[in-house]
Amino acid sequence: MVFEPLKRNLRGFSFSLFLRSVSLSFLHLPTNMSPSPRIILDEKQLDIIIHRLCRQLIETHDQFKNSVVIGLQPRGVFLARRIHHRLSEITGNIKIPYGDLDVTFYRDDFRKKDLVPNKTSIDFIIEDRNVVLIDDVLFTGRTIRAGLDAMMAFGRPADVELLVLIDRRYSRNLPIQAKYIGCTIDSVASEKVKVDWKETEGEDKVWLLTNEENKAGIS
Amino acid sequence: MTKLSTKHLLGIKELSVKDIELIFSTADNFKEVINRPIKKVPSLRDITIANLFFENSTRTRLSFELAEKRLSADVINFSSSGSSVKKGETLIDTVNNILAMKVDMVVMRHANPGAALFLSKHVDAKIVNAGDGAHEHPTQALLDAFSIREKLGSVQGKRIAIIGDILHSRVALSNIFCLKKLGAEVMVCGPRTLMPKYIEGLDVQVEFDLMKALKWCDVANMLRIQLERQEIKYFPSLREYSMQYGLDKKRLDSIGKEILIMHPGPINRGVEITSEVADSIQSIILDQVENGVAIRMAVLYLLAGRSEN
Repeated sequence: MVFEPLKRNLRGFSFSLFLRSVSLSFLHLPTNMSPSPRIILDEKQLDIIIHRLCRQLIETHDQFKNSVVIGLQPRGVFLARRIHHRLSEITGNIKIPYGDLDVTFYRDDFRKKDLVPNKTSIDFIIEDRNVVLIDDVLFTGRTIRAGLDAMMAFGRPADVELLVLIDRRYSRNLPIQAKYIGCTIDSVASEKVKVDWKETEGEDKVWLLTNEENKAGIS
Repeated sequence: MTKLSTKHLLGIKELSVKDIELIFSTADNFKEVINRPIKKVPSLRDITIANLFFENSTRTRLSFELAEKRLSADVINFSSSGSSVKKGETLIDTVNNILAMKVDMVVMRHANPGAALFLSKHVDAKIVNAGDGAHEHPTQALLDAFSIREKLGSVQGKRIAIIGDILHSRVALSNIFCLKKLGAEVMVCGPRTLMPKYIEGLDVQVEFDLMKALKWCDVANMLRIQLERQEIKYFPSLREYSMQYGLDKKRLDSIGKEILIMHPGPINRGVEITSEVADSIQSIILDQVENGVAIRMAVLYLLAGRSEN
């Protein structure tokens, strides 16, 4: 019991050291002074992070006997599928149940935006299973809130953990935190974090864009 | 495209092809939802919907009510029997009184063609037409086309025969609009007396011989003889109608190919279709009913969720 939090702290420490190298260049800089648009992570860094996240998952879930992986639509599924794939490579082809979950019908900004639903495909029941919920960017926490609700339509899980690639600190509207984090960044609310994937944009990259750049469609 | 081009669903005629495709893709998602262990989503939890049925209905009313409840909307039901309509209250008064109780959407079936359009011009709520006389029944046409798309992959280029009482059928008219918009070839078939004048103007083929229609088509949509709308005799007897236009196993086997059999319900077994055919594997009548809930959820979701800015 004493060992557990200690281990966690240690991991958090080494992990934030790693992050510094990634995020120091723009940390606390006013937006107008920084070169833009900025790449936060390139393909190689992304690959290293995915590998680390998989190792962390294996540390907790061991043989994944009672665990399932669920990716949140629309953008979280690319990360989730990679992690799922990498997990089976590392563990020697353990079959881990995998599903895509769409949260559109559970969102709280219905009628404020025109939302287009995506496909949900979960062909297993999550009753009493350990669920790893995966999304690309954790920002306000509202998508995850909707995801937790949506997930409950497939049963009552024993345990739910959240894994995100990018954690945008100080921007949460709800008390939601991720257990596994790829990279923490500090940014202002008007900025946008854009995660590109090979499957959709042709290249793995994470960008930090200003509002204007985002609207202009720079990528 | 993320939202419908219309504020109400009054008929298929007002919908664009993109609207129909949006409804179908949304219905795909809802079909997955209604097959989950927990079939309910909270999307319309702040919406109240009134179901006003001034005309009899089983399937459509239950299907709408279920769709509304699956979306977590609050639902009130009204049927004209046992209401103040019998005391002489007008349609607008009835609806305005219901809206005064803070209702956001109205699903209405009425015996008069154009009742839904009329209502949409005079009251401040979103209107969904659940059948207005012999005019339109949009959600039925959508679920029919959705079922064809599900079974045959697409509607484009398919041959669909609508067979039976075309004259009194709102299902026929909405189906023709919907199928033509989606690129299908449509044929109507029935006795001359039950064929509307100038139906060719809708760009459909007209056939009076059932066997020819069956040999031509990929899908046969069998319509019910609507005796309640027939003030005069349009054919000598139901038996004679059945002999000329009833679909039985023998006729179905003799065309030498597999076609899909549809029916919007309620079925008059032994009149337009025999039990043997209605319960056969070629019949997708019960799939239509299941798809009806998904289609109605999609329509209500898209109308209620339409952001106004």
